[in-house]
Amino acid sequence: MKSPLNKGLSVKGVSFAFGRKQALVDVSFSVEPGVFCALLGPNGAGKSTLFSLLTRLFTTPDGQITVGGYDLAKHPRAALAQMGVVFQQTTLDLDLTIRQNLRYFAALHGLSGRGATVRIDAALDRLDLADRAGEKARTLNGGHKRRTEIARALLHGPSILLLDEPTVGLDAATRRAITDHVHSIADQDGITVLWATHLTDEIVANDQVVILHQGRILRDGQANEIAPDAPLEARFLDLTGQPA
Amino acid sequence: MTVYLIALSAIIKREALRFVHQRERFVAALVRPLVWLLVFAAGFRAALGLSITPPYQTYITYEIYIVPGLCGMILLFNGMQSSLSLVYDREMGSMRLLLTAPLPRWWLLTCKLLGATIISILQVYTFLFVAWLFDISFDPLGYIYALPAFLIAGLMLGALGLALSSFIKQLENFAGVMNFVIFPTFFLSSALYPLWKMKESSVLLYQICSINPFTHAVELIRFALYGQFNATALGWTVLAVTAFMALALWGYDPARGLIRRKG
Repeated sequence: MKSPLNKGLSVKGVSFAFGRKQALVDVSFSVEPGVFCALLGPNGAGKSTLFSLLTRLFTTPDGQITVGGYDLAKHPRAALAQMGVVFQQTTLDLDLTIRQNLRYFAALHGLSGRGATVRIDAALDRLDLADRAGEKARTLNGGHKRRTEIARALLHGPSILLLDEPTVGLDAATRRAITDHVHSIADQDGITVLWATHLTDEIVANDQVVILHQGRILRDGQANEIAPDAPLEARFLDLTGQPA
Repeated sequence: MTVYLIALSAIIKREALRFVHQRERFVAALVRPLVWLLVFAAGFRAALGLSITPPYQTYITYEIYIVPGLCGMILLFNGMQSSLSLVYDREMGSMRLLLTAPLPRWWLLTCKLLGATIISILQVYTFLFVAWLFDISFDPLGYIYALPAFLIAGLMLGALGLALSSFIKQLENFAGVMNFVIFPTFFLSSALYPLWKMKESSVLLYQICSINPFTHAVELIRFALYGQFNATALGWTVLAVTAFMALALWGYDPARGLIRRKG
């Protein structure tokens, strides 16, 4: 069910520099509601920088970012409330229980009491972790930690889910399971997904792909349009000038 | 409950839970001032003669004199410890989770500061309880009067830690900064010796001690423990809280790009 308020994600003319080093140059793309968009780029392409700008960890005067219809610079709180974020490093507090982690995050988004409990219980049921809710997050394996973080990012009902290389450090089967899970979130729940990665096998044919290289966008289109005749990986390596 | 208070309560609760899980930190924080009180003070009792100066109305033992300074020491070390944990949180990512919450950044940082300060105050009272067991005690009302002084002093030192954490880029740089902050702050104050004694040795050091905000925080606590109000100390401490908090907010301003990483 797609939310009528879900206006996707829009990035227009965003540039950013670390001192003299230009990290992003005039980056523009948009993601329609309910679309899974892969932000594909090699290490150092500027993906994490873009994520930091999207999540307002830092800001830039150059360009405009709109999240769920809200301008991030003008209405940061409304825009952040539309957003669920899964960072590259785990942000679970390993010494707290799974439930305590979820409750802490819910509270940061203004959810408390029974309202929060209902959402947390539903998330735990979906994760099949209801019986382990009282265990410390430290006891979870890598895949479960990631799924818990994804469920946590969705607790407040965001319209956009941002994931920064969420499969780093996971084995192939878990990677596939997480990728499929997030694709289904976009397909079935109508949540807009921006998935940063450098791995082409996490992308399916009808995903939107934005290829970022050295801070610039090289291609923006559907995966099967960017690479109609060849595997996406070969096209990606060709575009970024890296040996296959 | 508004979203602001919900977040405040959650952040304080998380600080408390983290504290409960780090018992060794609690013991270390307690052992440090107790060693000063029960060993150092005993050794120096004879060497350091103290005259009657406000708030004292009679001769006091050196153990009694250094208790407010040691309360300040707990607050100082905890302020720096929470600063360390902020740098750690930033490296580990959980700071990102906090800062991407849809609340003003100043409020999120204030919640973090309040949470850490409350934990510090619990440790101060535990220290005072142990001191009481060793017959180093104050008027019962003094313990209550001192609470707001602990709160303001704790906020000041926590805000200092917060400000420092915004400028320390990596965890490895932390130890050096601490040496340049904790030791001068503590020793260039009235925590261990009254300032008139320092003046006898060096006027310059006396002047430095006089403008050290930690001196004023310690004096605020010292007077409060005797049910007295020291307006000068309060003024300086509140001024320092404001200055350090403003510095922290500037340090954590997203336009400054504190959490910049190349990606």
